[in-house]
Amino acid sequence: MDYDNLIPQKIRDIQPSGIRKFFDIAQHVEGVISLSIGEPDFKTPWAARKEAINILEKGKTAYTANSGLIELRKTVCNYLKNFIHTEYDPEREVIITVGGSEAIDLAVRAMIEPGDEVLVPEPSFVCYSPIVSMMGGTAVPIVTKAEDKFRLTAAALKEKITPKTKLLVLPYPNNPTGAVMRRGDLEAIAEVLRGTNIVVASDEIYAEMTYNGVKHVSIAEMDGMRERTIVISGFSKAYAMTGWRLGYVAGPQPIIKQMLKLHQYCIMSSPTVSQYAAIVAMEKCAADVEHMVEEYDMRRRLVVKGFNDMGLECFEPEGAFYVFPCIKSTGMTSSEFCERLVYEKKVAVVPGSAFGESGEGFVRVSYAYSVTHLTTALARIREFLEELKK
Amino acid sequence: MNTNKLLDLLRQNARLSNAELGVMLGESESAVAEEISRLERDGIIMGYSAIIDEEKADENGVTAIIELKITPVKDCGFDDLAHTIMAYEEVDSVFLLSGANDLSVTISGTSLRNVALFVSERLAVLDGVLSTTTHFILRRYKEKGHIFNEDNFDDRGLVSP
Repeated sequence: MDYDNLIPQKIRDIQPSGIRKFFDIAQHVEGVISLSIGEPDFKTPWAARKEAINILEKGKTAYTANSGLIELRKTVCNYLKNFIHTEYDPEREVIITVGGSEAIDLAVRAMIEPGDEVLVPEPSFVCYSPIVSMMGGTAVPIVTKAEDKFRLTAAALKEKITPKTKLLVLPYPNNPTGAVMRRGDLEAIAEVLRGTNIVVASDEIYAEMTYNGVKHVSIAEMDGMRERTIVISGFSKAYAMTGWRLGYVAGPQPIIKQMLKLHQYCIMSSPTVSQYAAIVAMEKCAADVEHMVEEYDMRRRLVVKGFNDMGLECFEPEGAFYVFPCIKSTGMTSSEFCERLVYEKKVAVVPGSAFGESGEGFVRVSYAYSVTHLTTALARIREFLEELKK
Repeated sequence: MNTNKLLDLLRQNARLSNAELGVMLGESESAVAEEISRLERDGIIMGYSAIIDEEKADENGVTAIIELKITPVKDCGFDDLAHTIMAYEEVDSVFLLSGANDLSVTISGTSLRNVALFVSERLAVLDGVLSTTTHFILRRYKEKGHIFNEDNFDDRGLVSP
């Protein structure tokens, strides 16, 4: 077989995730302690797990409606109404997806054709650009900077808008930086976008995890933005349900209608048991979420201070469960830093460069670990830095 | 100061420094030190000890949980006998229980035989002890919230999104 000619060039050109690449290195080192996982260390709240068991016992194992159980769509709409003060029609404006990831894929595929440009603030999660490329579009990075708290500024946005711009990805709270867009920041972005034909794909998967009294605000809440915003979120992070593969997307009906066709042919319907469990999670597990967020917050403060104390300047994140310390003072690239750290001290963190060129000079550290695990890992990183200085 | 949170953190890891505790609780180092002193003074924090996998630390070492049925004594209930038992230095802990048994006593020893002898010669013969049931600990899975062999417990991958 001539596989090279079999597989289209644009597929072969896609790079595997840089996070994944690092995983291949880390897994061959014995006794590694990891600070690189992007998923909660908590288990799914018991009430949701119990509901899944109950649903299995009852034998509710058939497909659901393409867009998901209507009860779950209603629950999601109700939740969004309270959480981001935006109303959606559960019949026509919501799809229950296989994780937030599928929702991102649907949004890009429904919107992008060859020649289109998609603006992607970076550093950010790894999946946006490859999907855009697959559709023949061009992902245009917008660099966000530590001095701007890694927020997207109106000026930086304006600079990158062209007549070809169709979509802006807005990944906040941000993985990997932990940056959060405040209401004022969003209002400035909205001001740029109103009156254009640009749609926002707002990836709000970490929305429930904000700290320092900062509350999540969605750009969909801004005047005139609901009609041009696709809100993407899910159950993975807030409810510690990563393995259940369940997310959702809400947006204006003309876009959702098109996305639903893609979802229908690709997925049929999201996992049924997960959907029933998600209803319980969203309706009954607010206290569990609150508890998890409090725990993350304590660890966040510990880790930020840990890095600052050891001389790796660390922007104070206001959301998600990552810190993004700057390692430029070591003179190493982020890949070198991570490789040496894992070989010499057996601690795995992810190179910032995996999240776009602008992530170079930083590493992503997850604090979805126990305090004891974190203090052990921090002590090893401190040793690593001290030995570098010798 | 969120005292419950502080106690919770100390339960997880009593070796966290006051500075670390302070950062996590949003309090100053000195405020944490003061609060810990108060908790010690008030007898809420009774001491600090390590959680040790005894079977690993000493291959022959054994720990047993012994449940005792005893006769309560007029005026002092179970206290008198509990005090006698807790005075033995071999005894790690003594709890008064609800339910079928009255006292639960934990004992560590250097061999099965030593522990068994201690039970038969020192505990069973005490006035007021009606019966003893000895359970030897064969393996520790979790103690005070700490999972033994934690390496195998986190089923998440090394690296993920």
